[in-house]
Amino acid sequence: MQGRDLSLNNILFNRSVQGIFYQIVTLALVILAVIYIVDNTARNMVARGLASGFEFLGVEAQFDIQMTLIEYSPTSTYFDSFIVGLLNTLLVAGLGIFVATIVGFTIGIARLSSNWLVAKLAEAYIEVLRNLPLLLQIFFWYFAVLRALPKPKQSLELFDSFFLNNRGLFIPDPIFGEGGTLILYSFIAAIIISIGIAAWSRQRQNKTGQTFPVFYSSVGLIILFVFLSLFATGFPVTFDYPELKGFNFKGGIKLIPELVALTFALSMYTASFIAEVVRAGIQAVSLGQTEAARSLGLNQGQILRLVIIPQALRVIVPPLTNQYLNLTKNSSLAAAIAYPDLVLVFAGTALMQTGQAIEIIGMVMGVYLLLSLLTSIIMNLFNRFMRVAER
Amino acid sequence: MTTELMIEMNSVHKWFGDLHVLNDVNLQVSKSEKIVICGPSGSGKSTLIRCINRLEEHQRGQIIVEGTELTNDSRSIERIRGEVGMVFQQFNLFPHLSILDNCTLAPIWVRKTPKAQAIDKAMQYLKRVQIDDQAFKYPSQLSGGQQQRAAIARALCMEPRIMLFDEPTSALDPEMIKEVLDVMVGLAEGGMTMIVVTHEMGFAKEVADKIIFMDEGQIVEAKSPDDFFNNPENERTKTFLSQIL
Amino acid sequence: MNTEIKNNTEVMKPPIASIGLVGWLRKNLFSSVSNTILTLIGIYLLYSIIPPFISWAFIDANFVGTTKQECSKDGACWIFIKENLKLIFYGLYPSEELWRINTMYFILLICGIYILIPNLKYKGWVGSFLLILFPILSVVMFSGGMGLETVETRLWGGLFLTLVIAGVGIVLSLPIGVMLALGRRSKLPVVSLLSTIFIEIWRGVPLITVLFMASNMFPLFMPEGVNFDKLIRALIGVMFFSAAYLAEVVRGGLQAMPKGQYEAAQATGLSYWRMMGLVILPQSLKMVIPAIIGSFIAIFKDTTLVLVIGLFDFLGIIQFVGTNPEWLGFSHEGYVFAAVIFWIFCFSMSRYSQRLEKKLDTGR
Repeated sequence: MQGRDLSLNNILFNRSVQGIFYQIVTLALVILAVIYIVDNTARNMVARGLASGFEFLGVEAQFDIQMTLIEYSPTSTYFDSFIVGLLNTLLVAGLGIFVATIVGFTIGIARLSSNWLVAKLAEAYIEVLRNLPLLLQIFFWYFAVLRALPKPKQSLELFDSFFLNNRGLFIPDPIFGEGGTLILYSFIAAIIISIGIAAWSRQRQNKTGQTFPVFYSSVGLIILFVFLSLFATGFPVTFDYPELKGFNFKGGIKLIPELVALTFALSMYTASFIAEVVRAGIQAVSLGQTEAARSLGLNQGQILRLVIIPQALRVIVPPLTNQYLNLTKNSSLAAAIAYPDLVLVFAGTALMQTGQAIEIIGMVMGVYLLLSLLTSIIMNLFNRFMRVAER
Repeated sequence: MTTELMIEMNSVHKWFGDLHVLNDVNLQVSKSEKIVICGPSGSGKSTLIRCINRLEEHQRGQIIVEGTELTNDSRSIERIRGEVGMVFQQFNLFPHLSILDNCTLAPIWVRKTPKAQAIDKAMQYLKRVQIDDQAFKYPSQLSGGQQQRAAIARALCMEPRIMLFDEPTSALDPEMIKEVLDVMVGLAEGGMTMIVVTHEMGFAKEVADKIIFMDEGQIVEAKSPDDFFNNPENERTKTFLSQIL
Repeated sequence: MNTEIKNNTEVMKPPIASIGLVGWLRKNLFSSVSNTILTLIGIYLLYSIIPPFISWAFIDANFVGTTKQECSKDGACWIFIKENLKLIFYGLYPSEELWRINTMYFILLICGIYILIPNLKYKGWVGSFLLILFPILSVVMFSGGMGLETVETRLWGGLFLTLVIAGVGIVLSLPIGVMLALGRRSKLPVVSLLSTIFIEIWRGVPLITVLFMASNMFPLFMPEGVNFDKLIRALIGVMFFSAAYLAEVVRGGLQAMPKGQYEAAQATGLSYWRMMGLVILPQSLKMVIPAIIGSFIAIFKDTTLVLVIGLFDFLGIIQFVGTNPEWLGFSHEGYVFAAVIFWIFCFSMSRYSQRLEKKLDTGR
């Protein structure tokens, strides 16, 4: 019978005791380090006359921002500048994700094409863009491409409504007059009806086996409804076209070259990674799956829709979301070309003016950490959902 | 008495690059006939049956299945695939669907069968291969033998007139081979026309009407089981038999 | 029985249209209408990009000369790069001391080539030398001491600085990353939690914010009077950032180790550290070498960000000389040059890692 011998040796070599000991030591070391740093910081801040606390957020910012999605002026507060920067970051991230997904999926699928030339071109795209620093690509798009565009007087134009020059990209601004809400309602109604059609068609297929072209009829329905409503309200949508007045364009929506360059660079770069993710996902579906489906008589479209894509998506979604997160984090490189994103506006200008490094950098890092956390949670939910579906 | 000719292969040649993988293959399969094809690896036996349902394309010669010639016409290919079922060495069940869904997928989308009917039929066949109790499980939850039986049921749900088996038991643990072979025997006794590529000579002896030995793309020997095992003519056949028996 | 058995000994050739060049073209480029259209579009794309680029970069380009005037307008002005070569490769490092950098470059090159040639022995020794002795040697060689003149870090720049930052990032982040990975997988909840938090914080924020933090906040963290070199601040930031990513890579390797290895090691009575050091880590690190190289490539690309806190790395210098009034208007040449150099580095590392991966896959 093993005695509960409380001799020193037994305690020293007891694994649980050792474990607890190590943890206490680690915790103590960490706490000591934190105290050391906090102490130094406090002293340094006093010595340098730096303020602390978050009251500065209510103070007037006294600087202007080149592009703002909300009302902003130099009399707005630092907190307002934080919001402006945050919105600009989300804007460029959103645009970037949208374009990158389209380009990335296209290139990823092209990489697997049976056409040798197409597959090689896709491979070249991936290998070139993946192996060049993003900053270099941003500089290229901004300095070498956008800055090299012609002056407003000689803009590149499309349909006399879209203008590209070295001051930016100018697109028409849709203004919804009277009846605009009717158009919106009919659009929503069309979508609801489409969902209904899909459900009805599914039921009918279960009962009788007949299929119905749900996709095309939904698209057609939406287009029909929107047109009818436009017609009924007398086309109340007008466009404020950008017009050349003097040296610049007035009217329309102006997308500053920094935004355009950053979006392009981020999208093209991330697309090369997304292409690899997509390729890996599709290749993860073994050839035998396609063969079995073909032997059963399914046609190419059915094989893609029912067998390949469901399996490929499972493999694609987690790394895809990771790429989206990377894109969002990479948007912080905006600082290098003066696009007013969160980092440049807040951790740049505001920091320079107030000197409150800890609060400001803490807030900025906090935003990104929050985004990372959100992505992690969504990923976990997705994985759990997938696991449930397969049990 | 003329028996219906299900499959006819006349002077079929196929190359993979420079490799002459099917060399002047001639074969005729009648209704309810059970053919076993054996031979060393690389002899072209898998390629032969994969040409029958157009998973591979032959380059010379004719393949006629139930009166329809196999060409690049997609409609005839699809029709033929509806009549010919195939069972693979790696099972190839769809992992994201339940066993039942695996079986009803093709009837619903290819034959446009109403769902309830498809489910009924699927349960019938699943019962026949004795895994109806696993209908709602996913392939990853089944053993190898169960998965292969499910794959057989899936192929049967399209009610094919010909069943092709490409080494159906080669990827199974020994104790599960018997359950699959039993199902195949039952199928054979039910009158199905079958072409089976396999090394299971016991099965061949029991069930086959004809055993074909292939080597280097050619059919070297084709005899009834008795003649095949007792009086092989060709040297290569003899060598092969001595290795596997 | 109407199956004919033929003993066909004549060798037949496959139909002409399916082999050789014609067959390949038919199968891969022109197999269907849509494919043919795609091929034609592809050829058009190549045609509109490659010949103009070649004439810009090589045929009409200017290689000889020393001044801007000697550059014609329609070709690339490589003179611009040539004249600024010293800045681009060494930054502001004093010219008399360049031999120190060159010596280390040379040693690095030799070691690199040695590692890249397949089937040579003692690669482990060379690798360890590179990871341990070489860095220590470089510190002395580059910054001074032991009889060598001191060269301030603010004079370091160009490709030299890029390699220093990348090198430090790689060398230091590996041990820290391994410790963090072990910590995260530890059974002790406090250690595991702290490691996880540490890793996730560094992984969740952009490198720019880390560099800003290093630049602005580190001086505050240290007691008064301790002044940190700007380069060292950046290096610390890069080090922790890369360590967090490496930690996840290493953790992946640890997780992929079959449980049996852990159990066998424990069964022979090895203590935790011995087990890790002698059995687990050697195997799992070897398994994830391709992924580690992937991290290195990322670190290498990320060094360009130090531009934002005022350090002049390779890209920074090229950007800078492009704004020199003497050489205005040649930013294209600068970017192309930078792109080529970066691409060669990164692509080679990536190919090497792919080759390693294949070797590790088959030769276990």
